[in-house]
Amino acid sequence: MDTITLNEQSGVKDGVDQDTVDAVREVGGKYKHGWSTDIEMDYAPKGLTPDIVRLISKNNDEPEWLTEWRLAAYDRWLTKTEPTWAMVDYPEIDFQDQYYYARPKSMAVKPKSLDEVDPKLLATYAKLGIPLKEQMILAGIEGAENAPAEGRKVAVDAVFDSVSLGTTFQDELKKAGVIFCSISEAVREHPELVKKYLGTVVPVNDNFYATLNSAVFSDGSFVYVPPGVRCPMELSTYFRINAENTGQFERTLIIADKGSYVSYLEGCTAPQRDESQLHAAVVEIIIEEDAEVKYSTVQNWYPGDENGKGGIYNFVTKRADCRGDRAKVMWTQVETGSAVTWKYPSCILRGDDSQGEFYSIAIANNMQQADTGTKMIHLGKRTKSRIVSKGISAGKAQNTYRGLVSMHPKAKESRNYTQCDSLLIGSECGAHTVPYIEVKNNSSRVEHEATTSKVDDDQLFYCRSRGMDEEEAVALVVNGFCKDVLQALPMEFAMEAQALVAISLEGSVG
Amino acid sequence: MAEAVQKPNPTEEMIATLEMPSAGWSVAARQNALTRLRATGLPQRRDEYWKYTRPDTLIQPVAEPAAVFENDEAQLFDDVDRLKIVFVDGTFDADASDDLALDGITIDRLEQTDADLHWARDLYGTLEQNGQTPVARPLAALNTAFASDGVLIHVTSTPSKPVSIIYRHASTTSDAILHHFVKVDSGAELTLLENGPAAARLNKVMEIDVADDAAFHHVRAQGRDHERRAATHIFARLGARSLFKSFTVTVNGVMTRNDCIIELTGDDASAHVAGACVGDGAFHHDDTVFVTHDAVNCESRQVFKKVLRNGATGVFQGKILVKAGAQKTDGYQISQSLLLDEDSQFLAKPELEIYADDVACSHGSTSGAIDEEALFYLRARGVSKNEATDLLTLSFLAEAVEEIAQESLRDQINGRLASWLGRRSD
Repeated sequence: MDTITLNEQSGVKDGVDQDTVDAVREVGGKYKHGWSTDIEMDYAPKGLTPDIVRLISKNNDEPEWLTEWRLAAYDRWLTKTEPTWAMVDYPEIDFQDQYYYARPKSMAVKPKSLDEVDPKLLATYAKLGIPLKEQMILAGIEGAENAPAEGRKVAVDAVFDSVSLGTTFQDELKKAGVIFCSISEAVREHPELVKKYLGTVVPVNDNFYATLNSAVFSDGSFVYVPPGVRCPMELSTYFRINAENTGQFERTLIIADKGSYVSYLEGCTAPQRDESQLHAAVVEIIIEEDAEVKYSTVQNWYPGDENGKGGIYNFVTKRADCRGDRAKVMWTQVETGSAVTWKYPSCILRGDDSQGEFYSIAIANNMQQADTGTKMIHLGKRTKSRIVSKGISAGKAQNTYRGLVSMHPKAKESRNYTQCDSLLIGSECGAHTVPYIEVKNNSSRVEHEATTSKVDDDQLFYCRSRGMDEEEAVALVVNGFCKDVLQALPMEFAMEAQALVAISLEGSVG
Repeated sequence: MAEAVQKPNPTEEMIATLEMPSAGWSVAARQNALTRLRATGLPQRRDEYWKYTRPDTLIQPVAEPAAVFENDEAQLFDDVDRLKIVFVDGTFDADASDDLALDGITIDRLEQTDADLHWARDLYGTLEQNGQTPVARPLAALNTAFASDGVLIHVTSTPSKPVSIIYRHASTTSDAILHHFVKVDSGAELTLLENGPAAARLNKVMEIDVADDAAFHHVRAQGRDHERRAATHIFARLGARSLFKSFTVTVNGVMTRNDCIIELTGDDASAHVAGACVGDGAFHHDDTVFVTHDAVNCESRQVFKKVLRNGATGVFQGKILVKAGAQKTDGYQISQSLLLDEDSQFLAKPELEIYADDVACSHGSTSGAIDEEALFYLRARGVSKNEATDLLTLSFLAEAVEEIAQESLRDQINGRLASWLGRRSD
């Protein structure tokens, strides 16, 4: 793919068509999703008590077993303490000074279809550029309708604060046997599947935030791909936090049955507010024999202002369990938003010959702090994993890669390759690497490489001498630095991600 | 009402078994160290810094006994012209030692300097104290407080030959605490050799203050006694344009924890720390290195190689910390293990923490079995399997051994490694 710059003067670069440049220019500017939707909301009372847990459960029409499950998680949560080992620093969170449930009033009675959803809500997604109409367009980028569509479809589940507004292309997916709906709908329509898999990859008591999520999760997506089915389109969930002082606790459960394939995209934004907001999600993925799941995230929560005021605290537990032989999972993440990120999408490689991949770009600018990485737990024979992590720090930000590669004694002839590179822009930021490597058998090979460097002066000079200003030059060099990861993203996301890389670094030079 | 049962406090239990001198210039420093030790307590299993090594046998009040390993090998460095200082089970052996006099340096013993004034008075324990942040090293604080002896070497100009400290192990129940301080003045250079198993259990600290334009070379061979245990710390502070080079070879020993804490405080300084270890069976070897760059244009290099077989465990925890303003830093770190069978394991945590932008830092870590193709190549040329394995093992260790600056010492270490590898039954 050609690298795109945002140069106003020099016009279109060779090999890049005008539409693409325009599309990318569209997303330029400061945090552009910082507006909020003025809409009447129903809140659960502030704070967290067993009654709030029951209320959330009741609002979702949940069966009793799930209410009990949540309450048990709540009890567990009370006994747990917040983890402090990450290299992040933020004021103490008052967990009783939050709303745990917020729903647009118009969603009190569940609309039968997206056509019945409050136009204000639909307009919110239209403004974000998220297609809730069932048409063939590229997701994620405004103006991208003009870009050459390849006839690819993307089904979207739109989650607004605590509720899912609806899911597109459900009928067409149903024909293929794929279930794609909000988790609350899945609890009602497919309780046997939810009961069988929920909490089996990320146990209720896994960690402080996962336990909290288990107690209060409100909505999120559910995907089931039956044996042998290749999901006919990309699935996507778009999370929007809108309400003030409200945490979002989404729960996503993806099951890829034997021999199936699905590609899932996740996007997120939030309004610009002075108060920090909490987002604690759990994503569980189960991959059976010969199945494959691709999970891509472009995380663009509001990062706070340049003085560190406001922004989302993003404390997320994501884990994939390759249960069957030859199962395969690929995590790709572009982390540009959030004031604080604490996130380690992991792979349990249980089946023989299973594979896990993790591609990550984490960009921290201004006062942002990111502590992110992955865990690759090799249990099965001949399992393979690959980690490519690119961390970029600018302004006064701190960016940490933290990861674990564990080769268990029985994981004979397994293989891991890890590369983590850090780039520093400016003298007030920090870049850190904290890998754990545990090798307990000798037929496996583990390789870890990490580098830290600054933006190369020669490369910058080269770009500058060709008429780019300094920020554009840095954006171009950084895009080149991230290329390995950008290439692993689905096309729609790659474009958005590439543009985001440029935006996130704005103001970091000079 | 019955009194609540007090849980035994391992730190206080350990302190109760030890004795601190009541007089002399070191008392104030020892008291301070005891306060530090009490503040942090001895390391526990759940401490992050002891994630891969169980501190139990290092912190129990009475050391586990260790048989003395009898062998007919010539002592390492025997043919090197050197000044010998001998400790047997942690006690100075005047008869076996040379006269502690050499042009360019003064050597005193910690135990004997009971006068109130000594050049080491304001230095003893200071580098150890400095090395307690950001990570506490309680065993080193314990050492500063209770060390029974050690040498205080002040290098004013470059001596004609190396100083060699020899540690003999004679008693199966010996428990030694030794603390050395080396001060290398501006422009001077010292080579320090250390070898031998020391005791059933050894707790050793060496503080090294390397002034501007000075150089310090260190080659250490930890004894081969299978059952011995050791916790050692090196704390080094480097001035501008100074050079610090430390190499350690470890063969056998049921428990070894080597901490090396280096701070580059002057511009253009260079620190290299390297280790080669070969372990069998119950062997547990932990290299923990912490290099802090706090000056401009400094270089640091960490090279650690571990060969493990029959269930041996190798641990590497290395960190490069580049402080804000330490621009033009060149930091390099490599840790590699060669696992010769299915039962051995390698556990590593190679870290970078960087707060300056104009730096080039990298680390690499690999683990794997012997290269079958290389083995096949040698076998096809008539080399026996054992010999071929040894050859490949030596070549694997070579990068670490190369870190020794003096060729003659390098050759000695290589020769010794070859012969040790050859003696499979030991």
